[in-house]
Amino acid sequence: MQQLVNGLAWGSIYALIALGYTMVYGVLRLINFAHGDVYMVGAMAAFYLAHWLGFATAPSLPGFIIVMVLSMIVCALLGALIERAAYRPLRRQPRWAMLTTAIGISMLLEYGGQALFGADPKFFPQLIESAPAFRIADAVVTNIDLLIFTVSLLLMLGLRWFVYRTRTGMALRAVSVNYDAAALMGINVDTIIALTFMIGSALAAAAGAMVGLRNPKIDPLMGLMPGIKAFVAAVLGGIGNFPGAVAGGLLMGVCETLVAAYISSTYRDAVAFVILIAVLLVRPAGLFGTVSVEKV
Amino acid sequence: MSGAAYVARRNAPLLVALVALGLLGLGLTRWLNGYYLQIVVLIGINVILAASLNLINGITGQFSLGHAGFLAIGAYSSAATTLFIGLSSTAALPLALLVGGCAAALAGLAVGIPTLRLRGDYLAIATLGFGEIIRVVILNTDAVGGARGLGGIPILAGFGSVYICAALCLVMLWRLVYSQRGTAFFAIREDEVAAAAMGIDTTRYKILAFTVGAFWAGVAGGLLAHFIGYLHTNSFTFLRSVEIVVMVVLGGLGSLTGCALAAAILTILPELLRFGAEYRMVIYALLLIAIMLTRPSGLMGGRELSWRSWSSTPAR
Amino acid sequence: MKAFSIRALVALCLAAALAACAKSTDEIRIGEFGSLTGGTATFGISTHEGVMLALDEINGAGGLLGKKVTVITEDNQSKPEESVTAVLKLIKQNEVSAVIGEVASSRSLAAAPQCQANGIPMLSPASTNPKVTEVGDYIFRACFIDPFQGSTMARFAVNHLHAKRVAILTDTKNDYSVGLTEFFKNTIKQLGVEIVAEESYSEGDIEFKAQLTAIKATNPDVVYTPGYYTECALIARQARELGLEAVFLGGDGWDSPKTVEIGGKAVEGTYITNHYSPEDQRPEVQKFLTDYRAKYNGKTPDAMAVLGYDAMQMMADAIRRAGSTDGAKIRDALATTYNFPGVSGRITMDPKRNAKKDIVVLQIRNGQFHFVESIPPDA
Repeated sequence: MQQLVNGLAWGSIYALIALGYTMVYGVLRLINFAHGDVYMVGAMAAFYLAHWLGFATAPSLPGFIIVMVLSMIVCALLGALIERAAYRPLRRQPRWAMLTTAIGISMLLEYGGQALFGADPKFFPQLIESAPAFRIADAVVTNIDLLIFTVSLLLMLGLRWFVYRTRTGMALRAVSVNYDAAALMGINVDTIIALTFMIGSALAAAAGAMVGLRNPKIDPLMGLMPGIKAFVAAVLGGIGNFPGAVAGGLLMGVCETLVAAYISSTYRDAVAFVILIAVLLVRPAGLFGTVSVEKV
Repeated sequence: MSGAAYVARRNAPLLVALVALGLLGLGLTRWLNGYYLQIVVLIGINVILAASLNLINGITGQFSLGHAGFLAIGAYSSAATTLFIGLSSTAALPLALLVGGCAAALAGLAVGIPTLRLRGDYLAIATLGFGEIIRVVILNTDAVGGARGLGGIPILAGFGSVYICAALCLVMLWRLVYSQRGTAFFAIREDEVAAAAMGIDTTRYKILAFTVGAFWAGVAGGLLAHFIGYLHTNSFTFLRSVEIVVMVVLGGLGSLTGCALAAAILTILPELLRFGAEYRMVIYALLLIAIMLTRPSGLMGGRELSWRSWSSTPAR
Repeated sequence: MKAFSIRALVALCLAAALAACAKSTDEIRIGEFGSLTGGTATFGISTHEGVMLALDEINGAGGLLGKKVTVITEDNQSKPEESVTAVLKLIKQNEVSAVIGEVASSRSLAAAPQCQANGIPMLSPASTNPKVTEVGDYIFRACFIDPFQGSTMARFAVNHLHAKRVAILTDTKNDYSVGLTEFFKNTIKQLGVEIVAEESYSEGDIEFKAQLTAIKATNPDVVYTPGYYTECALIARQARELGLEAVFLGGDGWDSPKTVEIGGKAVEGTYITNHYSPEDQRPEVQKFLTDYRAKYNGKTPDAMAVLGYDAMQMMADAIRRAGSTDGAKIRDALATTYNFPGVSGRITMDPKRNAKKDIVVLQIRNGQFHFVESIPPDA
């Protein structure tokens, strides 16, 4: 039971990051390799903000929320910048060009991060002292885990409201369905895409800040594995599909924890890849995705 | 003109360059100290890696991000051969390399077949996944050192063996690709559906590309293992695959001479930048982004270095 | 043509690099490699500080054999494969006469074959896994080895702490941890105490709750965690979050200023085996403490700094006795080190090129490592 709680905590994190992947893939058909590193920047930004704003020495819940929101803003801007500078010029190029550039941005963030922040791991300040919140059966749910569940849920509901209940959200969905038609309909595709990146990056930043709180060791390369796992989660749920991304993320978190607990912790990372291969071979559209046929 | 003479004439520039470089290299080994020799050997290994990946990515258009996996299999299996069979003379090297190459080729088959249906992004991610699975499996195999690495591999490879393998690799790939049948690879890259409609057995050629590409990556792995004498799965991560991809992209997808050049440049560059060790990889990343934004067709623009290219007409 | 000019550029660079390697032969060059960055950065940094302090003293006293001594340091980023590259560079490009390194046994094991093959003596300050010196007769160490360390902690747990239920959490990614676990286990079994749980993790992991949950379910008295400080401190934290209250036991890998910083209250009460204690009243220790604090802004040295200092001094002593920088002569001199007055104790090389020294048990109380007891070898 405790394992389930552990798994769901990570699952929420993966879900948040997966949403970013799914959104970008929906509008651009691009796998944004750099997304995992935006998550890392979110954690780092939160770390530095916590120190600069003095919350590190005055731990509090509102303090954490402020730090998290600020890092979300920072990463939203970063996401928009990346899109504008690196992806937009390549929109008419073959797909591998954007993919390779994404890899380049990912490396730039990782190694730039190492050069900027130092390659040594940093330890996130304990903005909220970890304490058991309540118990289910024999499992302890800490207040931090509770925070992660709550924040993730709120963000996901917020996203859902935005995408399905606002005009901009509708425009976003239109661009996902058909890029050119949407442009012909008068939708400013560039703005929508920029917005997509910003939202996705903000979600990743929130995930990063929360992970910093829960598992305090952060370093510039921390985004690599979670990024890949979240991507697999998005594929598992059906890439381009929002509820799918969430379901995929939660499933991924639980599977991973169970494998680490009952089989071997060294296979923890491999779970993601095995799931990936299985999905791609058996049902590439994912659990909730629509199967599409390529017309010649 | 007769077939053989045609082949000889088309390949003449490459052959001349190869022989010249070989002689130059042999001369260099006389008075270069160990450190620089090491760089030259690494260039050779990277040339093989870049060329083999080029076959898959650049020429056949199958965007593979798992090349480090084949490299790893080749390295570990050839090391296992010399270690567990207990051979340690230089004569054992060809056997070890062959074992490494074949093991990797089998892996190439195992990766190529399931991914036949996948295109573009999905293929890239699937190959990435395979590369990582291979790495994690090796990481958990205690028989080859697992997480602590595999050491004590007899040091059998040097400039001579690496050069011969690199030359063989380039020649073989050149013959394969620039033959009549070889146009099929390019056709698949340009438009797979059209190629199939033209009667090309896309399955066969795609699998061939993966298998041959993997084979040479395996040979490169064997050379690496027997040159450094120590293996650790940390050297075979996704990052390594990306480094090889950068070489292929820099040289120009589809150009064999291009990727060989790029391999040389990108092996020397990190060493030159050693003083700014922290910024080394940052520059690497910026380079990649810059190429993609300005000249995605790479140095050679997908063309080969031949007498024709001096006058700017495409060789193919 | 583009290709041509790039070739020319490459050739130019090679030529420039070649020209730039002018070497001077009127100094003695010793190489040092360690983890200055990465997950075990404090090991490398502390060792380096110890080595540098020793270097200052040696050069201040006129150098060795009438020449100035330089130490060339390479970082291996806490990675074994980088150790090989670092050592190769030191040997082939910097042409050092001897090498000092490393703390982590896995990384020493990676580099040792290269030193052995090239006839360059290697002195590890703190690698405790027995396999390191088994690589060859050019490989030495300045510290005790894990059979001693593991069995000491096992006996301490049973006799001193009266532990009846023991859990073990090993870092399977590194030789040091795996080796220590084995020796600890053997002694525990000999003493007839039950091992209730054995779990594993990998160096670099940040999430341990899966394993800790399994351990908690078996209700152990103590948890032996012979890993490196970053993971161990995180493990302690997560254990307390889960409500696992058992006492932690560890090896010298826990010794770092960062342990308490990361672990906070969770690491209070932990016992570790180590090479020295700053509370040791011997004059060598107190003098070292004063000098170190003077050079490094009042910092208290950890065991790695002490061993780095001792290793450098031992190397200097060996070179003096050898009277030359020839690899084989230094090797012979190192092998005959007898009763060398190190800060970490009197050091004598045994036939297997390991040092015979005392071991200390420390406990973390109020955020500091405090002395509990000292055990001589062959106890």
